[in-house]
Amino acid sequence: MTRFANPNRFLRWSGRLLPWLAAATILLFGVGLYLALIASPPDYQQGESVRIMYVHVPAAWMALFCYVAMAGAAAVGLIWRHPLADIVAKASAPIGAAFTLLALVTGALWGKPMWGTWWVWDARLTSVLVLFFLYLGYIALNSAFDDPGRGARASAILALVGLVNVPIIKFSVDWWYTLHQPASVIRAGGPAIHPSMLWPLLLMAAAFTCYYLWVLAVRVRGEIVAHKIRALRLRQAYG
Amino acid sequence: MKRKHKRLTFVAVGLGLLGLAAALFVSAIGDSVAFFHSPSDLANQGDLGDRRIRVGGLVEEGSIERGHGTEVRFRVTDLARSVPVVYVGILPDLFREGQGVVAQGRLRGGVFVAEEVLARHDETYMPPEVAEALKQAGTWQHMGQHMEAAGAASMPADGYQ
Repeated sequence: MTRFANPNRFLRWSGRLLPWLAAATILLFGVGLYLALIASPPDYQQGESVRIMYVHVPAAWMALFCYVAMAGAAAVGLIWRHPLADIVAKASAPIGAAFTLLALVTGALWGKPMWGTWWVWDARLTSVLVLFFLYLGYIALNSAFDDPGRGARASAILALVGLVNVPIIKFSVDWWYTLHQPASVIRAGGPAIHPSMLWPLLLMAAAFTCYYLWVLAVRVRGEIVAHKIRALRLRQAYG
Repeated sequence: MKRKHKRLTFVAVGLGLLGLAAALFVSAIGDSVAFFHSPSDLANQGDLGDRRIRVGGLVEEGSIERGHGTEVRFRVTDLARSVPVVYVGILPDLFREGQGVVAQGRLRGGVFVAEEVLARHDETYMPPEVAEALKQAGTWQHMGQHMEAAGAASMPADGYQ
């Protein structure tokens, strides 16, 4: 594992992986969006508004997935002082924040016609908004220090503390009365969603995951190059 | 003990304590996080005075009565108890018998006077043809029956479990 995590080796193997990730993302989004927006049936209750779900649900899943990946990488960076782990954590944050914002916005667009309101302060919606602020706090704290190492350590602790919010988001709909409906796919007793709608949803989820890996690889490569440039400049300046 | 082992122990113990604190916090706040009360909660709570509250449940079958203009009367039930609701205004599209709803307003003399009625969507998704076929085959589980069959799983009867 550590063999692949050396920054120079990462640049080499991720460079070969990048076009494949890009192709998989574009292909999965092409097929997924066609099935979700055109080929899949309307819902018996929601009608055509159900199509918002194909973007909202994968975005919300990825919001949680990115957070766990970010906190995991931050922990590895904090404990083993691995430079690539700090970079992965830092690079994940803006992508996760974007997914969270997308989930919040598409949720509001769905809520207005279905519930009758854009927003309510129930446990699910509020805990997801807290997740968004955790991402913003992480990004701010990470870049608040002149020494990137100190920024990484301080923000890693914030990321780990914020980890308690993840199970709260997932189980908020089971623990408390919320306006948000309970889980449809990952639930006891199997999915409560018809296969004709489940498949497009899973394809969209795969597309979102490939997109995350692709953008993450691009961002991590950029960060590594930026670190190299800074090291070269420092060497030039101090001989 | 090497420094990285110290850091590992520190992070592991920290996360464990944090998890414990979060679990205590979650079990302590309990029902106060609930977005709405069930009709059973309402019956057990005694006099609420003029407090603005939300009551949620299913629209009881056959209870919808349209009045003058946009006035509508219906009963909200959690399948154990129900409460009569009166509302003047535009109802959300999903509003129908057996549908989950959340009404915000005040309890006045046993009748809940709602200022706002929101629809609550359940977690089932299917095409209209499938819903139609299930109804014809007699295997259609309406949300109300579904809740009864599943022990009110989709809307926990006692809030925090």
